[in-house]
Amino acid sequence: MTRKMTGAKMIVQALIDQGVDTVFGYPGGAVLPIYDEVFQQNSIKHVLVRHEQGAVHAAEGYARSTGKPGVVLVTSGPGATNAVTGLTDALLDSIPLVVLTGQVPTFMIGSDAFQEADTVGITRPCTKHNWLVKDTDKLGAVLHEAFHVAISGRPGPVLVDIPKDVQFATGTYTPKKPSTSHYQPPVKGDMEEITELVAAIEHARRPVFYTGGGVINSGPAASQLLRELVEATGFPITSTLMGLGAYPASGDKWLGMLGMHGLYEANMAMHDCDLMINIGARFDDRITGVVDLFSPKSKKAHIDIDPSSINKIIRIDIPIVGDVGHVLEDLLKVWKSRGRKTNSEAVGKWWKQIEEWRAVNCLKFEQSGKIIKPQYALSRLEALTKKYDRYITTEVGQHQMWAAQYLRFEDPNRWMTSGGLGTMGYGFPASIGVQMAHPDALVINVAGEASWLMNMQEMGTAMQYGLPVKQFILNNERLGMVRQWQELLHGERYSQSWSESLPDFVKLAEAFGAKGIICSDPDDLDDAIMEMLNYDGPVIFDCLVEKHENCFPMIPSGKAHNDMMLSGANTQGMIDAKGSVLV
Amino acid sequence: MSALKIKKGSNSHSAYNLRPNFSDVIERHTLAVLVENEPGVLARVIGLFSGRGYNIDSLTVAEVDHTGHLSRITIVTSGTPQVIEQIKAQLGRIVPVHEVHDLTVEGPSVERELAMFKVSGTGDKRVEALRLADIFRANVVDSTLETFVFEITGAPDKIDAFADLMRPLGLSDVARTGVAALPRGN
Repeated sequence: MTRKMTGAKMIVQALIDQGVDTVFGYPGGAVLPIYDEVFQQNSIKHVLVRHEQGAVHAAEGYARSTGKPGVVLVTSGPGATNAVTGLTDALLDSIPLVVLTGQVPTFMIGSDAFQEADTVGITRPCTKHNWLVKDTDKLGAVLHEAFHVAISGRPGPVLVDIPKDVQFATGTYTPKKPSTSHYQPPVKGDMEEITELVAAIEHARRPVFYTGGGVINSGPAASQLLRELVEATGFPITSTLMGLGAYPASGDKWLGMLGMHGLYEANMAMHDCDLMINIGARFDDRITGVVDLFSPKSKKAHIDIDPSSINKIIRIDIPIVGDVGHVLEDLLKVWKSRGRKTNSEAVGKWWKQIEEWRAVNCLKFEQSGKIIKPQYALSRLEALTKKYDRYITTEVGQHQMWAAQYLRFEDPNRWMTSGGLGTMGYGFPASIGVQMAHPDALVINVAGEASWLMNMQEMGTAMQYGLPVKQFILNNERLGMVRQWQELLHGERYSQSWSESLPDFVKLAEAFGAKGIICSDPDDLDDAIMEMLNYDGPVIFDCLVEKHENCFPMIPSGKAHNDMMLSGANTQGMIDAKGSVLV
Repeated sequence: MSALKIKKGSNSHSAYNLRPNFSDVIERHTLAVLVENEPGVLARVIGLFSGRGYNIDSLTVAEVDHTGHLSRITIVTSGTPQVIEQIKAQLGRIVPVHEVHDLTVEGPSVERELAMFKVSGTGDKRVEALRLADIFRANVVDSTLETFVFEITGAPDKIDAFADLMRPLGLSDVARTGVAALPRGN
């Protein structure tokens, strides 16, 4: 069935056919025909953000908490360029997004017209793919293909640039149908490689699962299969920042997050293991530390849907290209059919070693005196929100790492943080996207005051749509992570890492019509958090914390996993000139 | 050497490069990339090479299948074996890329390049240029009383050799197409 309609109507129709219920956007001259169509329908909710970067991060929050692609609609020129940070963020964290941008009419392209930018040129390196549609007849097919590309294989952001005359013109709409494009990344892993991994599992003496965002992206079924595999084998499991929640933090095989600010037991297990099973992670430099010293004694298996991830950083012994869910299903089948064997005696000894590392209790801290430690604030937030099915977003910096360490995630899609790009200003708009997708859930953005200010304009959005997002700001009046690195690496010269003239966050909340809470006394903290949780509406929680607290454990730049700093006491001379080049 | 011991002229332009050297040997590979003939596809391929710091020694592109909308990009690149593998994998994930072939490892292949040389001169030099062109089976495609334009086809090293010979004989302009390559046999 084909139908004649305008390009603008086609866009709305395609979104409806793709099952889109929410669009995050901001109107402008080059998208007015589309906004006219948005006005005349009730199937899709449009969320008016206050800045296009906010729209993209909100769509990311929506996508990560639902598993569905997030949709963004912005205008040409500045609308599109403001979306670039969000696109890059989504590309690095493999988040499916479909971003629609308006463009000046086709006959004006290249003339430096008002609000013209070479959007497909600018966004080519920060999207998985993008299209400039010059013919209304092709618009429907391109939009459906855009959704197909965004969610197939390794997910990512795509962008469709639509000139204004294409929106006005009438053409034939191509309805949604199964994709016939050549882009069909295989999802099944090679059975020979899978069998080789099974054999390695059977013989492993010191195994560890190292899981990442690929498990979450593969869907809830993949997380279930992962849990089954971990329980059945009894092997320890650690995860990257991106993969938290795929395996429950309450599980007894859980070692906690690994990496630069990961747990001691997780990093030591990675260093000393004899079989590393990477499931949907990518050996990011935050994980590996210095690669020459990375897990020197292990055989390494890597399950990833993107062949370019394999052997990119670390040499792999058993490469398996495929979707995590499909590969784990086959892996379990083969392992079971061969008699569910593991070397339980050796693995038992391995666990004894791990227990010794656990006994170091690397996350211990002491809350004393009248100043709130950030670790304490998050421990209390964890204790008081445990019973909720809660969604956490974060900004970027020390608070983000503390949140990953002290908050515990039981399920996938509950943790939204900017991992690859490290985008300050991500968390607040992301929390708005999450709350739109889960109107009744508790959504908390754990923030630092500096990050939060980067997209604070989105308070207007939260108020307009009555989104009760809780902004839990750990306020140390510093760019905490920058300050920490300046202390460790730059002779305590705190260049530009101190924010003067911070706003009064309570008054700021009130100015938007939201609730503001300030807390500076550890004895008041529980009551203040409860007040935040019990308030039905957006809250800015200004939690004044210790200003000079550093985030530990830490693998200093240029060091290996077994060379961690556990506290501030032993920081002198830990990072040499070679390490200080690294970020 | 700077205080930070980063070698000048090293390939690792960035502090982020934590790659191990699986092998240090720089290899030269010819890749054939079959792509959807759509706007921007060449920019995607070139952008991949510049964005990730890979080398392009030679690049040719033209439509090869009009009805199927397919173009063939032939790239000669160089790098360590690990970098070559990474280039192929990265090319493979560009959405409009249909196929990536490494002609250097996928069996014997034949490589050809076309070049045009303008040689200016009179007297003995002019005669010598014409004589050498005959030996190299180069054709004269334009001639004035002071200049020749030669057209030569062959493997890149043959063209290099011809260029070396023409230089002292008054070589003034060169245009080369870059390498086109196909696997031999079936």
